[in-house]
Amino acid sequence: MRVRLLLFALYRDLAGADELDIDLPAGATAATLVRALRARGGDLARLPEAPAVAVNRAYAGLETMLQDGDEVALLPPVAGG
Amino acid sequence: MRAWITRDPIDPAAVLAGVGAPQDGATLLFLGTVRDRNDGRPVSGMRYDAYLAMAGTLLAAIAEEAAARLRTDHISVVHRIGELRVGDISVAIAVSSPHRAEAYDASRYIIEEIKRRLPVWKEERYADGGARWLDGVTPPGGGVARG
Repeated sequence: MRVRLLLFALYRDLAGADELDIDLPAGATAATLVRALRARGGDLARLPEAPAVAVNRAYAGLETMLQDGDEVALLPPVAGG
Repeated sequence: MRAWITRDPIDPAAVLAGVGAPQDGATLLFLGTVRDRNDGRPVSGMRYDAYLAMAGTLLAAIAEEAAARLRTDHISVVHRIGELRVGDISVAIAVSSPHRAEAYDASRYIIEEIKRRLPVWKEERYADGGARWLDGVTPPGGGVARG
């Protein structure tokens, strides 16, 4: 399956991209996705093991099962206001 | 009730115009502005980034929660993103209610929830050149703001 990954702020800088399409095995969770990204090495290895995640625009736990076509966002600690 | 994200300068009068009613004896306006220094280092400006598709919905949800808790729907809140200079308004919250206590509570609730979970980030630009993403707050995990 394939998900659309969105990256913001510091994480976007680490990835060098604000959007990536990621292929994952069936049954993958948000944690699977984070592990796959970190395993790419380079600056992506500096992503935290347990970043905040949103799946389809709502905060979600790392254990969340992903579906083909999901929009997954990795969210650095927020600093609005 | 109004809640929105904008790239344009915030006009406090327009935000205030979204609240107020004959039964309301208290009207409160909170403005967050860009400071000229942080930790003693002179700041020249700030770039705000947001997960827009999520932030708009979540800001409306925060306003709804404040309305439900405090039994007033006279709330108007806007957050600006993009390039801001020192003194620019980054967030404006207007609330009106029959008495002042509810207005202060609602305003405080909204700004604290914005800081706790709105997917917005800021990159501080310094007068001496550099820039950095400011440390933030880890937003709540699963179970919050779903649906």
